[in-house]
Amino acid sequence: MGEVEPGADVRVALPRTVNGAVDAMTATPDAQYLAGGTDFCVEVNFGLRRPPAVVCLRRVAELRRAEVTPTEVVIGAGTTYADMGTGSLADALPALAAAARTVGSPQIRNAGTIGGNVATASPAGDTLPLLTALDARVRVLGPGAEREMGIDELVTGVKRTALEPQELVISIRVPRLDGPQQFLKVGTRNAMVIAIASAAVVLDLEARRVRAAFGSVGPVPVRPRQAEDELSDAIDWGRLSASEAAIERFGELAAQACSPITDHRSTAAYRRRAVEVVAARGLRRCLRDVA
Amino acid sequence: MTSRETARSRSGPEDASHAPGYEVAGGYELHVNGTTRTVEEAWLGESLLYVLRERLGLSGAKNACEQGECGSCSVLLDDVVVCACCVLAVDAIGSHIETIEGLTRREAAADVQAALLSAGGVQCGFCTPGFVVAVYDLLRRRPDAGELEVREALSGNLCRCTGYGRILEAVRMVQEERSRVAL
Ligand SMILES: Cc1cc2nc3c(=O)[nH]c(=O)nc-3n(C[C@H](O)[C@H](O)[C@H](O)COP(=O)(O)OP(=O)(O)OC[C@H]3O[C@@H](n4cnc5c(N)ncnc54)[C@H](O)[C@@H]3O)c2cc1C
Ligand code: FES
Ligand code: FES
Repeated sequence: MGEVEPGADVRVALPRTVNGAVDAMTATPDAQYLAGGTDFCVEVNFGLRRPPAVVCLRRVAELRRAEVTPTEVVIGAGTTYADMGTGSLADALPALAAAARTVGSPQIRNAGTIGGNVATASPAGDTLPLLTALDARVRVLGPGAEREMGIDELVTGVKRTALEPQELVISIRVPRLDGPQQFLKVGTRNAMVIAIASAAVVLDLEARRVRAAFGSVGPVPVRPRQAEDELSDAIDWGRLSASEAAIERFGELAAQACSPITDHRSTAAYRRRAVEVVAARGLRRCLRDVA
Repeated sequence: MTSRETARSRSGPEDASHAPGYEVAGGYELHVNGTTRTVEEAWLGESLLYVLRERLGLSGAKNACEQGECGSCSVLLDDVVVCACCVLAVDAIGSHIETIEGLTRREAAADVQAALLSAGGVQCGFCTPGFVVAVYDLLRRRPDAGELEVREALSGNLCRCTGYGRILEAVRMVQEERSRVAL
């Protein structure tokens, strides 16, 4: 627990609307947004963050809406992992649901949100590989105006984003593609684990393209462009199959695209090898799913 | 959550709280176990766990990790099980908080508690309040949960003593007893 300052003013805004949230932030520029608290509170508990004021987002119903249309899914920033793991959202984006189900524990999934995951921009953020592979767009509202940017423009480095301090992530727009999608995560156990490496692999049957992205193997999610290009050419889209050699090659090129580091969770070499394996495995599962 | 909601309006009558509206200076109220409690002279950064334990004298929720990893601080926030160490106390203003003390008082999980005792699922007992809250929450939503679902539901609660077998056994005992009574 952080140290206590008796008598200090407790400044907290509990808005119910998106406008209310941005107005509260505008009125108190040193305030900080708080969503599920699963990153925020841990930082406060460990003395790494000392919020002078908070704008709580939990009551903003608009942020918890999700809309599934034939062409895209619009996910409110306040959507929790529990919400992503079931129902129409999970049907529309099965790999996001799979990613959500690997996050933390039931308690964490009940609180943690996609907006918090995106704003935290950890290399291990489990929603980021799929959002990156699908070129998701993030809608953001600041005191001045609303803007939209690609997830790759928003996430600029390890826990760094292009968000202005007062900007609120409203929603994330993800295109719906016709084809299978997979999420795979490597860690030391099934529950409560931060990814050593993770992969999202998507087949776009209409465009005849393979899309992929990897987490925890670079400062930002890694998009293996060359691997995508070569494999998109190598797949027999009529029969929806690829040679074993092409699949292995996909894994190799994917691993080459990454720039993993060695840290307390894993070595760079293991991470690179893990990407090679999960890229190829994800692809095999996609092909199996359409077969 | 509902999907297929229509386009939003960012203004209009719904937006009555347009004013910035910062609340509370120095103190605030929380609804805990059906009663309203006043928290005085608090610091903004205090977690719900800290406020429950250190300011409101409710020490049932335990503090082991303060990082959401162990589940010993599990409470119900608006009927959803969360880690109290990962909730900012001020964000619980206006919400209903139920702790192990509340569940115990209304005997909502008495059979879970009894089964944990008789199965040997309580050794040092530190993890027990968190497990009781998690098991209570699971069985009211999914009374017939199978082994894998039970394991997944309890995967956010750590126990250093029992090796979990006796805790899982206690859950099975409660399920059997409740379905026997329901017949
Ligand atoms: C025990 C534990 C296990 C975890 N396991 C995983 C895991 O397996 N995978 C994983 O990816 N993460 C994991 N996390 C990290 C965390 O749960 C996620 O990153 C989560 O998505 C954060 O969301 P939140 O709603 O809790 O954000 P908060 O903690 O409330 O906020 C995080 C940051 O985002 C900002 N923010 C939040 N919402 C918005 C918004 N709408 N607009 C602008 N800024 C915003 C806040 O100001 C803050 O800086 C874990 C955390 C814990 C405690
Ligand atoms: S003390 Fe909250 S999860 Fe460990
Ligand atoms: S009984 Fe000791 S930690 Fe579970």
